[in-house]
Amino acid sequence: MRQDDLYISRIDWITILIYSILVIIGWFNIYAAVYDEQAAKSIFDFSINSGKQLVWIGTAILLITVIMVADYRLFDNLSLILYGFFLLILLLTPFIGKEINGQRAWFEIGAFRLQPAEFAKFATALALAKFMEAPTFDLSKGKYQLRALAIIGLPIALIMLQPDTGTAMVYSAFGIMLFREGMPQRYYVFAIGFVAISLLSLGIENNLYLAAAVMALMVLLILAGKKTWQRIVTFAVMGLVIIAYSYSLDYVVSKLPDHQQNRIMVLFNPDLDPLGVGWNVTQSKIAIGSGGFMGKGYLEGTQTKFDFVPEQHTDFIFCTLGEEFGWIGSLIVIILFGALLVRLIYLSERQKTRFSRIYGYCVVSILLFHFTINIAMTIGLFPVVGIPLPFFSYGGSSLWSFTILLFIFIKLDSHRIQLLGRNG
Amino acid sequence: MNNSRPAILISIIVLIAIVLLTKLFMIQVADDSFLKRAERNAIQRVVDHPYRGLVYDRNDKLLVYNNPVFDLMVIPKEFTVKDTARFCDLFNIEKEELIIRYQAARKYSWVKPSPMVKAISNEDFARIQDYLIDYPGLFVMTRSVRAYPQASAANALGYIGEISGAQLEKDTVKYYRQGDYVGLAGMEGFYEHYLRGRKGVKYKMVNVRGVDKGSFKGGEYDTMSMAGKNIVSTIDLDLQLYGEKLMSGKRGSVVAIEPSTGEVLAMISAPSYDPNQLAGSRFGKNYGLLTMDETKPLFNRPIMAMYPPGSIFKVVQSLIGLQEGIFTPNTTFPCNQALVKCHPHPSPANLFGAIKYSCNPYYHQGYRKLINREVSSNTFIDTRIGLDQWRESVMKFGLGSPLGIDMRNEKGGQIPGSALYNKIYGENRWKYSTIYSLSIGQGEMLVTPLQMANLAAIFANKGWYYPPHLVRSIDGSSENIPEKFRTKVSVGVDAHHFDMVQEAMAEALSGTANRAIIKDIVIAGKTGTAQNPGGADHSVFVAFAPKDNPKIAIAVYVENSGFGGRAAASTASLMIEQYLRGDITRPALEEYVLAGKFLY
Repeated sequence: MRQDDLYISRIDWITILIYSILVIIGWFNIYAAVYDEQAAKSIFDFSINSGKQLVWIGTAILLITVIMVADYRLFDNLSLILYGFFLLILLLTPFIGKEINGQRAWFEIGAFRLQPAEFAKFATALALAKFMEAPTFDLSKGKYQLRALAIIGLPIALIMLQPDTGTAMVYSAFGIMLFREGMPQRYYVFAIGFVAISLLSLGIENNLYLAAAVMALMVLLILAGKKTWQRIVTFAVMGLVIIAYSYSLDYVVSKLPDHQQNRIMVLFNPDLDPLGVGWNVTQSKIAIGSGGFMGKGYLEGTQTKFDFVPEQHTDFIFCTLGEEFGWIGSLIVIILFGALLVRLIYLSERQKTRFSRIYGYCVVSILLFHFTINIAMTIGLFPVVGIPLPFFSYGGSSLWSFTILLFIFIKLDSHRIQLLGRNG
Repeated sequence: MNNSRPAILISIIVLIAIVLLTKLFMIQVADDSFLKRAERNAIQRVVDHPYRGLVYDRNDKLLVYNNPVFDLMVIPKEFTVKDTARFCDLFNIEKEELIIRYQAARKYSWVKPSPMVKAISNEDFARIQDYLIDYPGLFVMTRSVRAYPQASAANALGYIGEISGAQLEKDTVKYYRQGDYVGLAGMEGFYEHYLRGRKGVKYKMVNVRGVDKGSFKGGEYDTMSMAGKNIVSTIDLDLQLYGEKLMSGKRGSVVAIEPSTGEVLAMISAPSYDPNQLAGSRFGKNYGLLTMDETKPLFNRPIMAMYPPGSIFKVVQSLIGLQEGIFTPNTTFPCNQALVKCHPHPSPANLFGAIKYSCNPYYHQGYRKLINREVSSNTFIDTRIGLDQWRESVMKFGLGSPLGIDMRNEKGGQIPGSALYNKIYGENRWKYSTIYSLSIGQGEMLVTPLQMANLAAIFANKGWYYPPHLVRSIDGSSENIPEKFRTKVSVGVDAHHFDMVQEAMAEALSGTANRAIIKDIVIAGKTGTAQNPGGADHSVFVAFAPKDNPKIAIAVYVENSGFGGRAAASTASLMIEQYLRGDITRPALEEYVLAGKFLY
């Protein structure tokens, strides 16, 4: 008995508390998203999504129980087998998956639908932790960098076959974990610079302004330091490469088919096509924006439940929150997510083994990516990418996969003392 | 391991949270345009149109009411029909028509209602009502259309129609919307404010496909519509109908007024039209036809047609002369036909005889005395001063400017003054011999039939009148009618001067208008003949009766019917009998008027 008491006290209840609050708020929002005043059904009604989500929540609790009572060594030992298993499943998915919206991303087992790519995340995280836990694994060396990228790249490649760009993109989030584990900074500077210049060159109508700005920046950089020929040539070439890139990007985009061009341009100005490509973003912003400071009140929203916002209970669930609970509601949820992420970083850092820490950072990476991209897309800061808001969005695959992902870490964290002994 | 990296990650998380919350603050709090767009998305303003007020005659007989019209509507999504033949039979629709209608509805919207059969009659509605339940996606929508049970008094009642752009602009309180119906003419136009009621507004929520999702905030912002106020008109429907019958096939006007109140008992404009022709959807088709009709049925003659008053004006001349002290009852002038033509009668006549025999030379000479009072040795100036003084007196009789009846577009007629003659002839270039036609009510003088009827009321009342009006009470109270209709107007002639005039008018009938005489009812009347340069003269007659306790004052104009003693006097006499006795004792006279052959 004393042993059990001690075990329970070692579990990080703060994380579980935040998780529970997010799941419950999410569940209430799913009800609000489908609520129909004229044919009001109970939140528990299994014929509507909130009732179904309750089933998913119940089964998620079962999953949590299984994870918490299982042997903590299991995840370590099974990591490579799980990774292999899910790679195989992902390989099969494009052939035996059910076709929905031109994608074969879902398995249908009886009345249930599961999305393997969601579950492959935690397996990939485990595999990464397993491969990288060796003391010799050094991310400053090219060989190990390639190895880590290969583990991440394999599932990405397989998911692109479905094709499910959004979910595949999520795997790039493991870069955050790699950053913590010592991947050289210059890659990130380069990647961020690349993205920034891409966005700027697409967003700014006249590339001459961008070119002028880049040249001015380079001149400043040259003037700021020592004026050696080497530095002058380096910055000059850098500037020219950037300008050349921005022009060639515009050229490539102009050669894309119209609907793809639209998708890119609407990112910068959704009003270009408010009824077509811009519809989702426009309606989503209207829903959230109409919430005001305090929101319209629970179940008082009109934009989501009357179907103005598409996918209102899955990828656009944040709209319901923004509309009915206003800026205050958004603030609370963003603080909860922020707190969860910071807490997970803290927990990761206190791990005694590289395996647990790396896995912890994988969880942080995935959650941070989903949270940022999902909310950013609903308020027009990012193009519409079909990925759910963790713990919030309706759906079994999404809730289960995030729950498994998170609770494996909570399990590992609760055994951090034992794990220490094993690795020496 | 680089220990700064966890801190960098935490900073990035905080930064992301700040960026997201800032953007959220911008769209949620700082910018309220999204709220407006959300309301435009989901909240539909549905206007609840009130019932327009009803109009009754003075005896509470219905003149105007609202007729419900039923449209059978279909929602394609819910609509299914198994036995098409039976359906077509039941709803009285051809199969081809059904298919066309259904396809049009589908094309318009899958979920919103469209009309399937428009304007189902009351009887058809009663018949299909019970079967509606068998056909999902079908329902009946009710509209209301103005209706007129007697098809009478079209020009007096006026009509309603869609509001014009100009009217919308004038509507500063923004009560009206494009497509609203407003009273455009007659009582409908003048009492629009009372008849229209108040529109209600309901805020409904709709989903992205426009499907009704219930009232917004439980109807917190909804307002109820208020039905329009009912109006009791001064019109006596029986008299009006009788007048219309008498005037059918003729051109002209009949205006009957209750002298003691100024209430218009009947106002007939002939030819007229069936007011039902301009109700509801028929307006669009018929309005154009009516405006193009050569007989001008929309021309409201009683208040818009203007004629020289003719001999009837001699009575006014007499009264002004008496009041000014220019005439006494004993003033005589010879019937000097060198001045102006006359017809045989005893001469010289005194004032009584002049009225009775309608002596033209009498007024030619009398009017000169009235105009040229020798205030100036210059005859031009003397005439000018006299004319303007005289004009002032005449206008007190409600002539020369609109009486302000409760209808739009009332004309004022014309009483010429020095300004007009200066314009025509130049200053100091006209004198009495230029204007003498005015003495016998000819020349540049114009009056409307309404003004003539009011003149009759003034004679009956011995010197005062209430401005003629068409409404007795609004919403059950006479206090609601405009103040001016309850304010007595004096014409500035002492009552005792009227005694002799009334006697003369009563006696005038024998001789000039024998047909008008009724056995038991003493009518005081005066014939007139308005000269018409384009054709046969217009027949005019004004009268009031009974002479000693006047209940009705009347003016009758029958165009192109010659001497006033025939067509107009006969019509007026029949109208008076109808009103005072309720039946007609002289079928031969009625025959004569109905036949309408007045010229021989």
